[in-house]
Amino acid sequence: MYKYDHFDQSIVDARVAEFRDQVNRRIAGEITEDQFKPLRLMNGLYLQLHAYMLRVAIPYGTLDSRQMRMLAHIARKYDRDYGHFTTRQNIQYNWIKLEECADLLEELATVEMHAIQTSGNCIRNISSDQYAGAAADEVADPRPWAELLRQWSTFHPEFSYLPRKFKIAVIASPEDRAAMRLHDIGLELVRQNGELGARVFVGGGMGRTPMIAPEINPFVKADDLLSYIEACLRVYNRYGRRDNIYKARIKILVHEIGEDEYRRQVAEEFAHVKTLGIDPPLAELERISAFFAPPAFDAADVEPDRSDPDFAVWLDQNVKPHKQAGYAIVNISLKPIGGIPGDATSAQIDMMADLAEQYGFDELRVTHAQNIVLPHVAKRDLHAVWQALREADLAHANLDLISDIIACPGLDYCSLANARSIPVAQKIATRFADMDRQRDLGELKLKISGCINACGHHHAGHIGILGVDRKGVENYQLTFGGSGAEDVSIGKIIGPGFDEDGVVDAVEKATEVYKTLREGDERFIDTYRRVGLEPFKEAIYG
Amino acid sequence: MVEFRYRTDEVTEQPSVTLDAFLDQSNATAVRLEPDDDARALIPFLDRLTLIEVAFPKYRDGRGYSSARILREAGYTGELRAQGDVLVDQIAFMRRCGFDSFAPEASLNPEAVARALSTYDQFYQKAADSAVPVWKLRHG
Repeated sequence: MYKYDHFDQSIVDARVAEFRDQVNRRIAGEITEDQFKPLRLMNGLYLQLHAYMLRVAIPYGTLDSRQMRMLAHIARKYDRDYGHFTTRQNIQYNWIKLEECADLLEELATVEMHAIQTSGNCIRNISSDQYAGAAADEVADPRPWAELLRQWSTFHPEFSYLPRKFKIAVIASPEDRAAMRLHDIGLELVRQNGELGARVFVGGGMGRTPMIAPEINPFVKADDLLSYIEACLRVYNRYGRRDNIYKARIKILVHEIGEDEYRRQVAEEFAHVKTLGIDPPLAELERISAFFAPPAFDAADVEPDRSDPDFAVWLDQNVKPHKQAGYAIVNISLKPIGGIPGDATSAQIDMMADLAEQYGFDELRVTHAQNIVLPHVAKRDLHAVWQALREADLAHANLDLISDIIACPGLDYCSLANARSIPVAQKIATRFADMDRQRDLGELKLKISGCINACGHHHAGHIGILGVDRKGVENYQLTFGGSGAEDVSIGKIIGPGFDEDGVVDAVEKATEVYKTLREGDERFIDTYRRVGLEPFKEAIYG
Repeated sequence: MVEFRYRTDEVTEQPSVTLDAFLDQSNATAVRLEPDDDARALIPFLDRLTLIEVAFPKYRDGRGYSSARILREAGYTGELRAQGDVLVDQIAFMRRCGFDSFAPEASLNPEAVARALSTYDQFYQKAADSAVPVWKLRHG
């Protein structure tokens, strides 16, 4: 885990003081809501349908038990006793009072946390692989690179008024657990002749024009990284479209001028930027990397006793192999049947912190699928962890199954939404509540967005649902065939939309078609890719 | 009107001309860049310029920040002025990008500007100002 030094702390503390001043000016009426808006938005404070919503950054989704407990404390003291973990590996609080906001941030700063750049047209929180440091297939831990980028992007003076928001993901495995190529910039760490560097993908994204990022550079060396990314951003800042908010993301620029021309412009800018001496020495990456050294693994490699069938199911579904013998990765599902995807109560957050402290080398991760991970749990402790999770209603064995739904807050909270997402997620999960049935369907990533902005990642869902407003009535479009993983693809709309119950029925029919047509170990998406849309369409609309 | 100026030399009296006009009759010493002008077009002429004014028609349009850095990176030492929708909360970023004078459309409170410029004393990145980035302080 990265630890702040006095430089990091002073920057975060200064931000708290600055924001307190801005809020005070607003409350005193010295500035109007219009003038305050860009200021609060630079700090993750949105005015939603019912109240202010505050988004707190969890850099690359990594936190320790002390930070996790602070998130619970904030939910208890400043909100309604719960928080919402997001697809950007952050947490949102839905019921924040403006006058308490600075105090909240001051408390966060005591555990090295903040809400800097969690909104606004700037470089947002850097996201990463939730299994970083634990996955057997990683070439290195991606988090030191993410931290390097976090520092470089924090209050970047040139890139704080970009054409649009800017999201960067860093992974280090061939298996993509972070939807890397659906980011404005995606980095995949790779080794070339023993040297670590990054493949750079630019111009991916979801929203109303989903695109998969093309590879712009196959290998950028560690000590060129910031210069290269700075060049990528400068070309975007200068030439990204500003005439139309819907065409302002970098994916549109890369698409319109073409990846070759964008690559050429970045190369030219990089040749110049590289002369400016903006890259820290490799010693800085080494300093950061030291914080992410593997914990002192020492547990014997014992297989857990599988005699309790419920425990065995959970082991099979939610526990993943660790690179260290004797250890495992535990996924905690925040998707109880009928619950709100990604929500956790203060008590649950505290309990997960306790488990991390007692059994997990004090580490937790937030996933883009809105779940929590304990990355390093000794196999001998798995049963105890499971029992504790079960008592807190957190042992749902549905990771990557149809009820492990990503959903945006939708019209229940969000001022941009056209339709509700949460009730649809609840109805689908309830329809498929039977665990045997879910497990029989296997991996099936279902993702729901309540508007075209696609916060619920519906484009990347094996089954995606997009809520739209049709003449004042909520209507749900269904897409099939999307993926945010290494087999990245964008889902396609299958036909006319449905009402709320109709979309649940259509999903059920699709799963029936899959069960009839699947061959061998095929997942839903494999069958769909093999047979195409027609048989599904026939069953749903026929 | 220039409200804040962080230089000691004389203010240029000559009115600034557009980039196109400057490139046509380049005896002017002051030029004004609009957001979509290419700052690099001025690079051959930097030593004869005493003022480059960068327009910010809307504060959200951040192209001027890149223009400023490009000019400073190319060695421009004359006055670099931000003009237009310049708000108190942008001034610190603008200073870091190399602006040293400000002509905000709506007048700014000098105390608020001073406070904005002194809020942070550590910076993560090397930019166009003299601030030493944190990584350099860490490693010398």
